[in-house]
This record gives sequence, structure tokens and C-alpha cells, in this order.
Amino acid sequence: MNRWLPRTYLTLVYLLLYVPIVVLVVFSFNESRTGYEWGGLSLRWYEALFNNRAMVQAMWNSLWLALSAATVSTLIGALTALALHRYRFRGKKVLNGMLFVVMMSPEIVLAISLLALFLLVGLQLGYVSLLLAHVTFCLPFVVITVMARLSGFDERLPEAARDLGANDFTMTRTVLIPVIMPALLAGWLLGFTLSLDDVVVSTFVSGPSYEILPLRIYSMVRVGLKPEVNALGTLLLVFSLVMLILSQWILLRSKR
Amino acid sequence: MRSLTQQPFRTAVLVLVWGWLLFLVLTPNLLVVGASVMTRDPGSFISLPLTLDAYRQLLDPLYLEVFLHSLYMAAMTTLVCLLIGYPFAWALSKVGKRNQVLLIFLLIVPFWTNSLVRTYALKLILATNGLLNNGLMSLGVIDEPMQLLYTEGAVIIGLVYLLLPFMILPLYSVFEDLREDYLRASHDLGAGRLSTFIHVIVPLTLPGVLAGIMLVLLPAMGLFFVPDILGGSRNLLVGNVIKNQFLDARNWPFGAAASILLTLAMAFLMFAHRLSKRRIGEDGV
Repeated sequence: MNRWLPRTYLTLVYLLLYVPIVVLVVFSFNESRTGYEWGGLSLRWYEALFNNRAMVQAMWNSLWLALSAATVSTLIGALTALALHRYRFRGKKVLNGMLFVVMMSPEIVLAISLLALFLLVGLQLGYVSLLLAHVTFCLPFVVITVMARLSGFDERLPEAARDLGANDFTMTRTVLIPVIMPALLAGWLLGFTLSLDDVVVSTFVSGPSYEILPLRIYSMVRVGLKPEVNALGTLLLVFSLVMLILSQWILLRSKR
Repeated sequence: MRSLTQQPFRTAVLVLVWGWLLFLVLTPNLLVVGASVMTRDPGSFISLPLTLDAYRQLLDPLYLEVFLHSLYMAAMTTLVCLLIGYPFAWALSKVGKRNQVLLIFLLIVPFWTNSLVRTYALKLILATNGLLNNGLMSLGVIDEPMQLLYTEGAVIIGLVYLLLPFMILPLYSVFEDLREDYLRASHDLGAGRLSTFIHVIVPLTLPGVLAGIMLVLLPAMGLFFVPDILGGSRNLLVGNVIKNQFLDARNWPFGAAASILLTLAMAFLMFAHRLSKRRIGEDGV
């Protein structure tokens, strides 16, 4: 078959996917306020961003939330994966099923169900509610990443550890954890990014006491075009890209 | 079986995991089901008596129109994603292994980046005096700017832009598994290109198509911020209705019923996906 056609097609689609991102990045360095015309190179929107106290506070809030959500979901996700991998217990299929449902169901369904829960138990919407919600939607992704790593793992190692007198906890610490370390890091990075970028769930479960970045952006972009958003978007893109490259690098390196 | 005290670690892990999922997945979902059959209450959101009013309200012509319009936009999004994604995944599976890693990477970058920011980036391009209009005018293709923003088309473009990778990835994985010898066998048995495509390639890639549809169609009904940014008030998604009912109108039963509608749609698609996989399994592939 013609080799030209597929390549041209691939290139074209990639162009469409990346043009808006490139436009955003370029315009973030635009001096002009209108956002459509090029007014010369400038860092004024980045300056405006960092001079905005509420904005900086929202950045820190988002970072802290992503950090804690990623850490908690990695811990629980790793334990879940280990349990699914090692133990036989009743309701294992149900557990698997629940994780699958969380991953597949539309975010908005998860969002309103969590909102209903938090209001029912009287939890004030803020950092804690955001954390619980973010950990919940990150969890299945961590479980999958760790399970994938465990599935290619030599089953005789834990057996050997046990024969040498290690109990479950010691065996997990000395044999399993080192093996799944790359998956833990990759899962953590994925959780961090998912949390940092979430809009849908956060819209429902956040309160005025804890403002986070995506929601601030959301309220800004609903009305008109704001040049500061270009700068902020660019920063977020670069940040996510670094995280992604890091996690892929960790996973690739561990395969060798 | 050993007793609890002999396996404290195992017990602790299972209690933690089950506790989390029961409290934050099962209970909330049951609450939504419960809320959907209760009566709206301005003070405490929901109250007794039990009623099916919320479901009846789903059939109210006003909302029915919104839902059908949302379904239409989601279906168009899915169709466009499929039309772009199918040949794309095919072409991608033919690229050399080295380049493939990079190309897949470029495809998952969007998954990791802020979808809100990317939707906003589209606005820069589609706006009345945005790049597209300005570009076309300076080229002399059009005389005055087209109204691109705040249209149905803009919402569909936005949804396609956000969801295309979710269509491509499952398709790519089925094309990767498609074995060349089947195609050769089909050719040797005298089938033409079109016939091979219809009788061999399409059935074998069907699970990927259905997985892609599942991953695109449902989010395409829920991503409320896309119409908010690109579509104006006339092109709402089911997600906008749900959000409205929960956060603004405070009609929880109705919002819950709408969300159950979405969940049922998901269950149906998952079932179809499973069925198609099983059928291929039975055919001995």
C-alpha cells in the first residue's frame, strides 16, 4: 500500500491536536491585551499571575491537595493491588467491580454521589472533602498500574521469604515493595496529575474555604478571554508534561 | 483458614480497602438512587414521601428536548471521533515500533493535561475575532467573521478535541492484535479488499470500537464545562442539567434521576462491549 497516505494522515491529526496548545503557549507571551493580535514578546501575564495573591494561594492549595491525594491514593491503591494479587477472599469480584465502576462511570455521577454523602454526614466542604473525592477517583488508576507490575512477578520470591520465616508484613516490606516501586512512583505521578487537573468532581465537593486552581480558571474563562489564563495554562501544561515524562521514564527504565 | 490474629496485616489491608470502597463508592451511589425517588425539599434537599416524580420530570418536553439535543451532540462527537480515530489507529499500528512509542506518548499527553485549559485554547481559535476567522479573512476566503463560538458545532469540536484519544487508544490496541495471517488467509480465499474489510477487519476490531464508543459517548454527555465555555446557553449537555439541579436549582431528586439515566446508559454500553468480546472469543480467535 501507499506509505505516504497514512503518514500524512497521522501528521494532520497530530497537528489538529497540538495547534490549540501551541497557540495558547505563544499567546501567553503576548504583550497585547486583546489576545488576538501579536503585540510583541512580554512576560507581563506571568507577572500579573504571581502578583495576584488569591491566585498564588489557589496554586498552593492545588499543589498541596494533589500532593496529599496522590500520596494517600498510592498507599491505599498499592495495598488494594497487593490484596487482590495475593489474597483469596470473599467478594473479590465485587471489589474489582467497584473499582471498575469508579473508573468507567462519568465523573459527574461520581461527583454528585460524593456531594450527597458529604452533606449527609455533615462534612464541611473544603480540603477534607476534596481529598476524599480525589483519592477515590485516583484509586483505580493506581491499582491498575501496580497490578500490571505484579502480574509479571516471580511467585516463588514471596514463597521463599515465607519459608525463611518472614510474616506477611515483613515479606511485603522486603520483597514486594521493592518490586512494585516503579509502579508506585508512576501511580503517584498519575494521581498527582489527575488531581491537579480535575474540574468536574471538584466543582461539586469544594467549598469557599479552600479555593483550588482549576475552579479559579473555570470561573475566569466562562466570561470572555483572559490573557492571564494563557500564562497559567502554559505553566500547568509544562508541569503536567514534566510529570508525564518522569513517570514514563520510570516505567520504561524498570522494564529493562 | 487461619484466624484473624494470625494474619493481622491481611486483615488490616482488607478492612481498609473495603471500608474505603463501601463508604466512598457504594454508599454514595445508593444515596443517589435513594434521592431519585424522594420528594424535593428546599430545606434538607430531600424528604419523604417516596415518589417517582423525578423520573416523570425527565419526560417533561422541556427537559426531553435538552436530553435529546445532548444525546445528538454526544452521538455526533462519537461519530466524528470514530471516523477520525479508526483510520488513525490503523495507520498508527503500521508505523515502526520505535516511532510508535513516541506517537503513543504524544497521544496520551492530552490525557495528562488540563482539559479546561485546552478547551479555553480552542476558544482563542474559534472566537469571532479569533485566529481562524482572522486567518481566513486575511486570506480572502471570507469577507466577514463567521459565528463559530456559541454554536452546536463549537461544542462538538470541543468534545471531539478532548475525547479523541479515548477513541484512538482502544482502537489502536485491537489493531495491534490484528494478525496479518488472517488478512492473508482472507485474501488467499479470494476475498477482495472491501470484502476482507467488512468480513474480517470490522468484526475483529468491533470490541475496540465499542470500547471507544463507551469512553467517548458518556463523557460527551457529562463534560459540562465545554458548553459553558464554547456553547452558550442553548447547547446544554445532560451534565449541565445535573449540575444545575444540584448546585443551583437545588432539585436533588431530579438531578439524581438524570444521573441514573447516565449510569444506565453506561451499564448498557458495558454489556454490549462484553457481548462483542465474548462473540469473538467463541469464534476461536
